[in-house]
Amino acid sequence: MLRFIAMRLVKAAIILIAIVTLNFFLIHAAPGDPAAVMAGEAGAADDIFLEQLREQFGLDKPLLTQLGLYLGGIIQLDLGFSYRQQMPVADLIFDRLPATLLLTMTAFVISLVLGTLAGVLASARVGKWSDTLISTVALLFYATPLYWAALMAVLIFSVQLNWLPGFGYETVGGNYEGLDRVIDIAKHLILPATTLGLFFMAVYMRMTRASMLEVSTLDFVKTARAKGLKPSIIQRRHVFRNALLPVVTLAGLQAGQLVGGAVLTETVFAWPGIGRLMFEALAQRDYNVLLGVFFVSAAMVLLFNLITDILYRVVDPRIRAS
Amino acid sequence: MTDFWKRYQRNRGAVIGLIILLAVVLVAVLAPVLFPQSPWKMVQRPFLPPFAMERFPLGTDTLGRNVLAGLAHGAQVSLLVGLISTLVSLVIGIPIGALAGYFGGWVDDALMRFTEFFQTVPNFALAIVLVAIFEPSVQSIVGAIAIVSWPPVARLVRGEVLSLRSREYVEAAILSGQTNATIIWRQILPNTLSPIIVLASLMVATAILLESSLSFLGLGDPNLMSWGYMIGAARTVIRQAWWLSFFPGLAIVLTVLALNLIGEGLNDALNPRLSRKGK
Repeated sequence: MLRFIAMRLVKAAIILIAIVTLNFFLIHAAPGDPAAVMAGEAGAADDIFLEQLREQFGLDKPLLTQLGLYLGGIIQLDLGFSYRQQMPVADLIFDRLPATLLLTMTAFVISLVLGTLAGVLASARVGKWSDTLISTVALLFYATPLYWAALMAVLIFSVQLNWLPGFGYETVGGNYEGLDRVIDIAKHLILPATTLGLFFMAVYMRMTRASMLEVSTLDFVKTARAKGLKPSIIQRRHVFRNALLPVVTLAGLQAGQLVGGAVLTETVFAWPGIGRLMFEALAQRDYNVLLGVFFVSAAMVLLFNLITDILYRVVDPRIRAS
Repeated sequence: MTDFWKRYQRNRGAVIGLIILLAVVLVAVLAPVLFPQSPWKMVQRPFLPPFAMERFPLGTDTLGRNVLAGLAHGAQVSLLVGLISTLVSLVIGIPIGALAGYFGGWVDDALMRFTEFFQTVPNFALAIVLVAIFEPSVQSIVGAIAIVSWPPVARLVRGEVLSLRSREYVEAAILSGQTNATIIWRQILPNTLSPIIVLASLMVATAILLESSLSFLGLGDPNLMSWGYMIGAARTVIRQAWWLSFFPGLAIVLTVLALNLIGEGLNDALNPRLSRKGK
């Protein structure tokens, strides 16, 4: 297991270096002076700052030396400086990261739990109206743009019904403390996390349903049935456990999508995470922040993949043995 | 062909999807005839609610532009960007998958690591970075969507080629001295067409969602009216004018849903050997 984790960490490091290299070439491929690109919107920075950037990244030196300098900076967690916000990019991102982690993790848990439950339910009632209903709803969620679902949720639950706040991370000027603050944040979290989870709920539901149906035709399930086990026990112990495997794999693969979706959800709900930071950086063409968020979200995905890989090995004894 | 249609129409959802898609295509094609004026032009007072004036059944937006005209012109952009970026993804993904599957060994290893890299990278974030750096335009949007969408194509084609490679007719072709290029192009690829078509129809749907999300964030082509742009522009006035984001969103849902349904129908029609469990 340790060897496996070590191998995966090496692989993750290689991918991260590849992403940094990609970022580096993107800065150089962009139209205009790389120093101006790094400084943000052309013309926004003064000459002294541009000169400083040229010096720091050796922009008059050969491309490979420049790449070395750039990589060296990233290894020391220096993601550059946001001229627009007058702050190091790394600080900007790490300030916002907890909010995004809270949002994506909650959305992930909601979608995984509700998605698999709905999938199991639908597979148990194949062809009946409840299966049709669940499958149709999943199909609809699958086709709905995240940001539109978010806007409609604000319109219905926040503007019309006034049940939940549709804006921000906590009540401005609320000054809640302790448990009250947790409840306040939780209230603000419900709409963004649910809308972010809708699409993934549909994905997991479809996967679970298909997987349950497939596993239930396998020989060992027939054996269990022939032994006279109760159908509910067969479903839970034999079918569900095995049907879960492809869902876990899929969940790992979907991590990147979740981070991407956070950009849209956080934009609509003014959620103060790195997705919202990315949206703000877009308007200002603050490329250092954009590339920094891209890098950190890739790192998040790699971490997430590692966790699901480990989970997979825990769930499936066959892989552990091999 | 008749067999194909017979199997396709057995899937009721797929028929409904086809009808919806045809309607959207019709609107897109007729947009310049139905709404000859530019959709950017101010035609009435701003914030005209829907169903208030007969000439503007869906009302007007924050700048007094006709929402219905925007929807019709937006249909063109969505369909075109969806279609072209899918074609570009196929052009990238098919050769990579075919080479990896056919040659195996280190070629396969190298190409698959490359593919894996693009699959691991958070693809919407990459698309945002690409479009922002190369400035929003139809070309940069199509390019960005294609770059983040090709990996599944490559993996699918690789898998198919891998299983076809050891078939007898391919071995016969090798023995008869055909070149590798001919074997891949004439013998193997035609047989991988069905799953590629099914995947492509689903990819058009995803591409439309991606394009609309980029436009929503302000990364659309500034010269083209698109559904995502309309919703993005209406985001801050959602409390005053629900219809400005509601109708374009509905158009996206219907189009994407139609394409997904068509994808399922194509799967039934093109892969009849797969059992349709639970349907």
